[in-house]
Amino acid sequence: MGKRTPLYDTHLAAGARLVDFGGWDMPVNYGSQIEEHHAVRRDAGMFDVSHMTVLDLEGPGVRDFLRKLLANDVNKLREPGKALYSCMLNEQAGIIDDLIVYCMHDDWFRMVVNAATHDKDLDWIARQAQPFGVKPAERDLAMIAVQGPNAREKVAGLLPVSLRDRALVLKPFTAVSGEEFFVARTGYTGEDGFEIMLPPGKAAVFWQALTHKGVTPCGLGARDTLRLEAAMNLYGADMDETTTPLESGLGWTIAWGPADRAFIGRAALEAQRDAGPKRKFVGLLLEDKGVLRSHQKVIVAGAGEGEITSGGFSPTLERSIALARVPAAAGGTVQVDIRGRLCRARVVKPPFVRNGEVLVK
Amino acid sequence: MSKVPADLKYTKSHEWVKVGGDGIVTVGITDHAQQALGDLVYVEAPQKGRKLTAGEACAVVESVKAASDLYSPVGGEVLESNAVLADAPEKINQDPYGTWIMRLKPANTADVNALLDAEAYEQVLADEAH
Repeated sequence: MGKRTPLYDTHLAAGARLVDFGGWDMPVNYGSQIEEHHAVRRDAGMFDVSHMTVLDLEGPGVRDFLRKLLANDVNKLREPGKALYSCMLNEQAGIIDDLIVYCMHDDWFRMVVNAATHDKDLDWIARQAQPFGVKPAERDLAMIAVQGPNAREKVAGLLPVSLRDRALVLKPFTAVSGEEFFVARTGYTGEDGFEIMLPPGKAAVFWQALTHKGVTPCGLGARDTLRLEAAMNLYGADMDETTTPLESGLGWTIAWGPADRAFIGRAALEAQRDAGPKRKFVGLLLEDKGVLRSHQKVIVAGAGEGEITSGGFSPTLERSIALARVPAAAGGTVQVDIRGRLCRARVVKPPFVRNGEVLVK
Repeated sequence: MSKVPADLKYTKSHEWVKVGGDGIVTVGITDHAQQALGDLVYVEAPQKGRKLTAGEACAVVESVKAASDLYSPVGGEVLESNAVLADAPEKINQDPYGTWIMRLKPANTADVNALLDAEAYEQVLADEAH
């Protein structure tokens, strides 16, 4: 039996099909994954993401610590409530995990890291934090992501009165907190919305209230097709400790300046940047019939081979799409080996879909 | 609970088989299988004329979640694959027992006789649930 979130019984009562995800029993769908996907693109859907790890880091040395720990620079976060996305690298610039870090106060930051990497992340962070006098503390919070064009409006009325107006004026990648709620305008679907942290004991009532507002419960299945269309990387599939941000489409998350900020992995990353990465991260649109899946081989004429890191059927495009790591020279049309059948796929610049709109032709 | 019609035969790998009066068999996937796979988006059916052995992986059904093999319930020759599925694989979700994937001419009656009846297949499902 896996670990259970505070919403486990709620999911069962709603007829969810449960699967193991990083040691947690999580809903994969509540019926039709495609309908859940469309609900998020067209209206509002919600996901239980309470399995994710919430870490609070406090102390006078916390800013300096995070400037060493992360490839992005928390000095971009000058006021409480601001957030940024970053990779956490090892010395070889391999990605240990990707995460969101929020500035709560001058001496207090909050990080949300992946569930599947919980143990290794905590070990690594604790080890690096020691010289800075920072002690990571894991928070026992439920987390619900409400996503879609109508998501923010549906959530607002259910928040404590003191938070409502402040939540509605949040800019992307900012957060407010109060009365045990933490509300951030972030997500993993390519749609507008909130991610809400709240005490575990309040999660089921809040979820039910969202249901009454017409928010569709969505499982990890729809979460995966939504994030694939939005070309948001999945740790363990699109990147891991053997790949760098430069090879994972995440060059934009590296803060190169100031040049004297010695974050972990910087030297290896600079060497790769200067030499020119041999592999790049692209989107693929399948031109033939079939479904692209992770680990299928991508054949680039005259340039070698690459591999699909995430693939599947896009409910919005009604065809198969993928993210792939390919030789740097790849472009135009490539071939994908689908169970011995060579199929044509077109190289495109991700994302495929953002805010309900198809971005690839 | 998934449906298991009494007038069909089944395999442990969740195919259903309808044995016609002319000995021709029609094959699809069970209600349980389509529920477990989720929304189907692609079916790769075998070519007409292909000779199959019983238990051979001969078709692939792909859902939004994953690709899954279909195993031939009996040995024999493929007479036809369901052309409707090329554009409408979701018909299997909507009506799993009304949507066939392929029709076969069995090579021998022993394979057909070895298929599970509805009661035996229900037992397979009950065992898997534990």
